[in-house]
Amino acid sequence: MSCEIRARESVAIIGPSGAGKSTLLALFAGLDLPSSGRVWLAGEDLTTLDEDGRARLRAARVGFVFQSFHLVPSLTALENVMLPLELQGRRDARPPALEMLRRVGLGSRVDHYPRQLSGGEQQRVAMARASIGEPAVLFADEPTGNLDTVTGARIIELFFELNAAAQTTLVLVTHDTSLAARCSRVLTMDAGALV
Amino acid sequence: MAMLRMAMRLLRREWRSGELAVLLVSLAVAVAALTGVGFLVDRIGRAVQAQASEVLAADARVESPEPLAPQLEAEAHSLGLQSARLTTLISVVFRGDASQLANVRAVSAGYPLRGRLKTAAQAFAAGEVTQEIPAAGSCWPDSRLAASLGARPGDTLMVGARVLRVERILIARPDQGSSFVEFAPSLLFNEVDLAATQLVQPASRMQYALLLAGSASALGRYDDWFTAQARPAERLARVADASPQIGDAAQRASRFLSLASLVAVLLCAVAVAMSARGYVARHLDVVALMKTLGATRRFVLGVTLLQMLLLSLLATMLGSVAGWLTQSWLLRALAGLLRTDLPPASGWPVLVGLTVAIAMLAGFALPTLLQLTRVPALRVLRRDAGPPPARLWLSLTPAVVAIAGVIYGTLGEWRFSAWFVVALTGALLCLALSGVLLVALAGRARGSASLALRHGLANLSRRRAAAVAQIVAFGLGVMLLLVLAILRRDLVNDWRTSLPQGAPNYFFVNIPTDQKDDFRSALLAAGARPERMLPMVRGRLIAINGEKINPHLPHATMPGGKRPRQRGDLADREQNLTWAAELGDDNTIIAGRWWGAGDAGKPLVSLASEFQESLGLKLGDRLSFDVAGEQFNVSVASFRKVKWDSFRPNFFIMFPPGLLDGTAGSYMTSALFQPRSAGALAALVQRFPGVSIFNIGDLLAQVRSVIDKAVTAVQSVFIFTLFAGLTVLLAAIQASRDERRYETAILRVLGAGRAMLLRSSFAEFAVMGLLAGLLAACGAALGGYLLARQLELHYHFDGLMWCAGVLGTTLLVGASGWLATRPVLNHPPRTVLD
Repeated sequence: MSCEIRARESVAIIGPSGAGKSTLLALFAGLDLPSSGRVWLAGEDLTTLDEDGRARLRAARVGFVFQSFHLVPSLTALENVMLPLELQGRRDARPPALEMLRRVGLGSRVDHYPRQLSGGEQQRVAMARASIGEPAVLFADEPTGNLDTVTGARIIELFFELNAAAQTTLVLVTHDTSLAARCSRVLTMDAGALV
Repeated sequence: MAMLRMAMRLLRREWRSGELAVLLVSLAVAVAALTGVGFLVDRIGRAVQAQASEVLAADARVESPEPLAPQLEAEAHSLGLQSARLTTLISVVFRGDASQLANVRAVSAGYPLRGRLKTAAQAFAAGEVTQEIPAAGSCWPDSRLAASLGARPGDTLMVGARVLRVERILIARPDQGSSFVEFAPSLLFNEVDLAATQLVQPASRMQYALLLAGSASALGRYDDWFTAQARPAERLARVADASPQIGDAAQRASRFLSLASLVAVLLCAVAVAMSARGYVARHLDVVALMKTLGATRRFVLGVTLLQMLLLSLLATMLGSVAGWLTQSWLLRALAGLLRTDLPPASGWPVLVGLTVAIAMLAGFALPTLLQLTRVPALRVLRRDAGPPPARLWLSLTPAVVAIAGVIYGTLGEWRFSAWFVVALTGALLCLALSGVLLVALAGRARGSASLALRHGLANLSRRRAAAVAQIVAFGLGVMLLLVLAILRRDLVNDWRTSLPQGAPNYFFVNIPTDQKDDFRSALLAAGARPERMLPMVRGRLIAINGEKINPHLPHATMPGGKRPRQRGDLADREQNLTWAAELGDDNTIIAGRWWGAGDAGKPLVSLASEFQESLGLKLGDRLSFDVAGEQFNVSVASFRKVKWDSFRPNFFIMFPPGLLDGTAGSYMTSALFQPRSAGALAALVQRFPGVSIFNIGDLLAQVRSVIDKAVTAVQSVFIFTLFAGLTVLLAAIQASRDERRYETAILRVLGAGRAMLLRSSFAEFAVMGLLAGLLAACGAALGGYLLARQLELHYHFDGLMWCAGVLGTTLLVGASGWLATRPVLNHPPRTVLD
């Protein structure tokens, strides 16, 4: 398989369950390494980097949104959003995190723990966390998979809004055809191959 | 900085998750157990160290049970050494009718040569340093003696035949630290009054000492001169010889308490390992997420290590405070046995506590925690992606190193540490095997049980390894406490009841030969029932089968390189010798034959079995005794088993009549004496001032109180093993929390009520407690039986204590487990099944 995604492009990866969408996303983001072949991210050959090298690259260039939100349960909404900046070693993480939470409409919920937030709110925190580091690439794995239709639609709006404002490259895996339709390109996978 | 901030934040936030709390409590209990004993040992150690130079109240002292030759002091003066004399004996001191056994000390001017005396007008006051000694005709009782007799300055005390006026109260003397354990209170008076007390009799147990101080070279020359000419009974003790002995005694005692605290520490380590596993399992997702967001392995490792360090510091702080309270409690439990004026403790035990906390985490938690750094970031997308399994040697090695380090660090000797490990491993294996068996049996029994009990038993069987760990932890703690309780009962209480009705309650020693008939008549007249009266002469065993025993070696060395069993053993000191024609019905010949009328004056000896065993003697062995400078050679004719608890006069060494009759000596006897009037005893003392009177009841009470206090102290330390057991229980519950929530949710969805779930939870832990209690009570019964046999006590099975042990453990574990699982049961099923 050969595939190239250019800067500021938005790409949806679709396909049936088990087609290999999530595996491809993991390879793009350097969460996993291919048994053969190469992957470049933001000009870096991921296959030549060790685990820590890939982690540093992610810290600097990548944001993530997951189907099951993956917020740290022991941290508040604000602390979850501060996390990427703190991992970059920034000491002034609090003001931008507050600002970002306000932008996603959660200015009044900053001190709530994930378990005190609804699914939609948790996903908004996750999006705030993904966007706060101003990543070059934003990866999303079924971002609306765990949300009802109405909440999902609102989240998608917010998602593209943030993306447009930050001019981020967007790679998302989804079953949702309406979501895929809003992307500039759609990659369809089946049985581990692009079709 | 980012690492520290993150570590602190996670530590603070994850406090609620439970594992960290259990980790902290386990560490704090371990630190408390160690520092509690540590502070006490440190204070005793510092007292010993501070007094090392003062312990003899001199730089050196010559000691002898016989009056010291004048040339000993003359030589010291010719070498330019300072000197002072000290004569001590144990005697009864009277104030009116009140009496107290005391360490009576006659001193000459100049005492003490090193260190200072402190006196006050009141007992237990702070006291002021004085350069004087009691004036002639006056005395200084110490606080304990003054308090027990109710004596104040101006009162008079009777010491032997001499009446002495209390001038001041003795608060401290430098040589009171010669043992950190003090049995008898003391009385200081001027040596010019010694003769008038008439306590000095040929067979009195006097100890004469010549105190010396001066330059090291002069002392060295004195030492050389002394070694060349000293008589067998005379010893020269120097500071260097004295302090290690005290150190030894303190070290032995502290090692025993440390041993008790170590058991708790090791149990806590189990809890640490269990909670670390739970912590890691719950944090795999968070770490994977942090890695996805760009955290490096180094960052994860740094945060983890910092968290552990912060946790150790916090545990050390909490544990040290608890430890300090524990040592205060131990000091109170040992009041009267330990000196109360111990110097304050150093910070050293806290440092040891911190080191042990870090070692426990490094050994038992770190290998598991390091797994966190190996979690792949991919786990955020694929739940089945976990860290590669830890290598067994990698996770076991730090634990083994930590255990070895903590044990060796606490006990400080390889052989002893190895014995401890072997004994503990053996005990744990036995307990664990029994635990496995009991859990399996309990599992079998669940078929016929009610729903709640069945579910509880099923839980026990399913988490068998954790259940066995908890049963062993509690079983060990309760068993140790029960064994001590049994020991205390048999040792302390049974002595009270084993004094046979009508047995003598007083010993009378040093009865002058020419007064023995008068004394017997006086006893009879006072309504006492005296036993036989036996002569008593002091003598020393000097050779066995012609080979000399050298009393100048630190341990008297026996012929053939054999050593007596312990320091101060039978051949190493002067003996009381006697002679008699009759054996007495409290003596049984176990080998050889007792002498008949025709054996009078023959060179024979009959030995008590203890003496024979200590020296490994056989019938026919030739023994040489030195009695008042004259040598007697005798051959061993018989060995006797002596019933010492008849409280009649009895001796290790007995000769036939006609052999020692010519040597100067005195007589001793015992009697059942219930004085009709309060003054009867004092009248007897006044009429026969040289006779020493010992109240057996008082002596036994003193021994009982010493044992009682020691057992209380050890039991207090073993309470920590119970706390350690609780931490293991909490860790196990914590580790199974998610599983329990899930099960609870399913049961509730299926219609189980809250009451049923609570009953089931209580059943699970009560059964666990029952098994631990059964194990502990049976183990304690066996241990108590073995110990009683070893100590020659009468063991009897105490059903009440057995039941209390079983029931108490059942309730303790049942209630603790029930309380700890309640929050899990409170969880609504909806949130769990989401």
